Amino acid sequence: MSLINAENVTFEYIRRDKDGAVEGINRAVDEVEIAVEKGDFIAILGHNGSGKSTLAKHFNALLHPVEGTVFVNGYDTREEDRLWDIRQTVGMVFQNPDNQIIGTVVEEDVAFGPENMGVRSREIWERVVQSLKSVDMYEYRKKSPQRLSGGQKQRVAIAGVLAMKPECIVLDEPTAMLDPQGRREIMSAVTELNRKEGITVILITHYMEEVLNANKVFVMDKGRIAMQGTPRQIFKHADELKEIGLTVPVAALFAGELRKRGVDIPDDILTTEELVKEICRSLRII
Amino acid sequence: MSIIADHLTYIYNKGTVYEKKAVNDVSFSIKDGEYVALIGHTGSGKSTLIQLLNGLLKPQSGTVYVNGEDIFVKDYDLRALRGRIGIVFQYPEYQLFEEDVFTDVCFGPKNLGLDRQETELRAYEALKMVELPDEAFFQSPFDLSGGEKRRAAIAGVLAMKPDVLILDEPVAGLDPAGREWIFRLLSKLRKERQTTVILVSHSMDDIAEHAERIMVVDDGSIVMDGTPAEVFSYGKELMEMGLDIPRVSRLLYMLKENGVNVNTDIVTFKQAIEEVAGLFGKGR
Amino acid sequence: MLRDITLGQYYPTDSYIHRLDPRTKITGTFIYMISVFLIRDIWGYIAAFLFLAFMIRVSHVPVKFMVRGLKGIFIILIFTALFNVFFTPGEVLYSLWKLDITREGIKVAVRMVIRLVFLIMGSSVMTLTTTPNNLTDGLERLFRPLKRFKLPVHEIAMMMSIALGFIPILVDELDKIMKAQSARGADLENGKLSTRIRTLIPILVPLFVSAFRHAGDLATAMEARCYHGGEGRTRMKPLRYGKQDYSAYTVIILYLVTVIAIAVML
Repeated sequence: MSLINAENVTFEYIRRDKDGAVEGINRAVDEVEIAVEKGDFIAILGHNGSGKSTLAKHFNALLHPVEGTVFVNGYDTREEDRLWDIRQTVGMVFQNPDNQIIGTVVEEDVAFGPENMGVRSREIWERVVQSLKSVDMYEYRKKSPQRLSGGQKQRVAIAGVLAMKPECIVLDEPTAMLDPQGRREIMSAVTELNRKEGITVILITHYMEEVLNANKVFVMDKGRIAMQGTPRQIFKHADELKEIGLTVPVAALFAGELRKRGVDIPDDILTTEELVKEICRSLRII
Repeated sequence: MSIIADHLTYIYNKGTVYEKKAVNDVSFSIKDGEYVALIGHTGSGKSTLIQLLNGLLKPQSGTVYVNGEDIFVKDYDLRALRGRIGIVFQYPEYQLFEEDVFTDVCFGPKNLGLDRQETELRAYEALKMVELPDEAFFQSPFDLSGGEKRRAAIAGVLAMKPDVLILDEPVAGLDPAGREWIFRLLSKLRKERQTTVILVSHSMDDIAEHAERIMVVDDGSIVMDGTPAEVFSYGKELMEMGLDIPRVSRLLYMLKENGVNVNTDIVTFKQAIEEVAGLFGKGR
Repeated sequence: MLRDITLGQYYPTDSYIHRLDPRTKITGTFIYMISVFLIRDIWGYIAAFLFLAFMIRVSHVPVKFMVRGLKGIFIILIFTALFNVFFTPGEVLYSLWKLDITREGIKVAVRMVIRLVFLIMGSSVMTLTTTPNNLTDGLERLFRPLKRFKLPVHEIAMMMSIALGFIPILVDELDKIMKAQSARGADLENGKLSTRIRTLIPILVPLFVSAFRHAGDLATAMEARCYHGGEGRTRMKPLRYGKQDYSAYTVIILYLVTVIAIAVML
């Protein structure tokens, strides 16, 4: 059984005019099929308005499909009495760190989830300490979240989800508002959680470099899954990606350009390290 | 239009526990038509610095000279100055407020005291410049898509026809196509209006491709000021400040470490391709 | 000016008052407020002043910071004072056009202003030393008996806490919007009242939009973290009275007795 199974999921927004009459219907998610296995690191790529955030909100029952079904651990997300189990199983981190902080002290914010779940206070303390430690924010536990940097705030948000002991974390463009340092912090924290603690990760992003650690990438366009595969398979298609408002990592773009010039470089380069190695290899042949 | 910052210092919440020296004795000058990038981690003081340049904040000490005139003397017309030094703030779409896009874009030129005809002409030009479709002109700005809202908001500043355009992370939250579009717009402004551009950005790749000069802000001070090639040669120092170097530079430095003889002063993608292809005798 | 409102803000430091149970602080503040209205003469004011000064001292919040909180309501203070000076009947000291300044008026005005200042400073001591979450917990516990009358105590407390948390965010947002519109040449400082109201539109519309956006996002984030009202909710830091609370209650009651004694005896 997959951890999350989205079957034929469709979601529509209804647009209304000033008088409330239906003006049109926007199909934000269109017949999407996705299966997420335990331990996966999934990336969902797509341009602004491609429907990726709307899709993400289906994974923990914040939205329900108008057609199709989403299953979490085998339970339909529409089942009312499973709602809190589902939200505890699949936690979510949002884009704007300021709009998801509830507490005025870091540790109180992290405790919010377990408090809602009715966890006993002694265990809440244990979970808070552990979660803050695993995102390396323990020493900030008494600080006011308002005074932290963007990267630190997002790590607190991740800790807040971890304290609910989820099996899966969905991150909706978590680095969009951060500086390079903040981005590095979040990406290494997320990768570590996936590798060391075995937490399933679903990362929504439009930064190509952030999906390199994923084992599976879904590319969305106009609400549909336009491509899927490993990062290596996906980034071979630079032209198709460009057509839907995306691009490929700089190293892949560079390799592609060199190939066009007739330089002997493989077509599945992803990282700068690989590119350097291949250029050196190729030079030695000459 | 030349801008000279002369020993600027700005302190937030002076005299409280929250006191913070955001800008600390900063001096520099920006020449007419320059394309300058301002980099630094969040909270380094770059946002405060740009607000000092057009008098939105008043420094505790030091001053700013625009075309040789001190902008903080008593009778200086700050409103007219803001028309000449435009600022596009981070997430500018959040400042839209009018019932339709066109009226919103008219807000800036109208405040400058221009007559109706000139105001509308400028608004129209600005909307054309940001390539918003005509049918969007009389829509509510709140009905536009995210990307379109940003275009409308930028048009609101362009309609004042500023000589200097300051942009605070204009590509934040945009997808690759949106980012590319912003940089095309800036190139067009420089070519058609000779606009001076001051760009605050976290994307080293974008800066390397476009800026002529980089100022690095750290802890309220300008710690580096030079061409992209010069600044990006200090990779270690930049990383320690929470910044980065462009991927192109990283590639060239790594090649050099592996014994390949390449010019590490190159920072743009195109030149780097020529350099590397040249190694194989495939350069142009 | 808006940045100067300290009401509802938390001042992070460690002090005896910070460590008190929020219920103690809420009750104490309530008693202090009542005492201010019991005062009749100068000795009462001196007692109230000394008590307040002592509390501020113990709270480790800089006096400067507290006084800044008053700036935000300066206009209200002036208005109250003028109103009383001119509209209290009594012995006329000086006539200004049709308005009479009376001896009684001045007395009432001075009293009113002092009372208002005491009230505001007194409640600031509470909000500055208590995190909004803690304050909410305290209120929720104190008003728990009202649940029997079907009053949604938890929900009201949670709303209050969120509203308090929103103040700094909205003040920040307001500052950004004002800067952005000034950068577009909006004149926010000068002009007649009629035009000034119009200049508020470019600020208020984006502010409302942003408040709704923040609120919507926050609601989604809370739901995603399993929030579903007070039912079955536990606390990381359950409220418990400690030794310091009992001594604080003793001090407050001693103070109240003093004020009443002064009022009755003199």
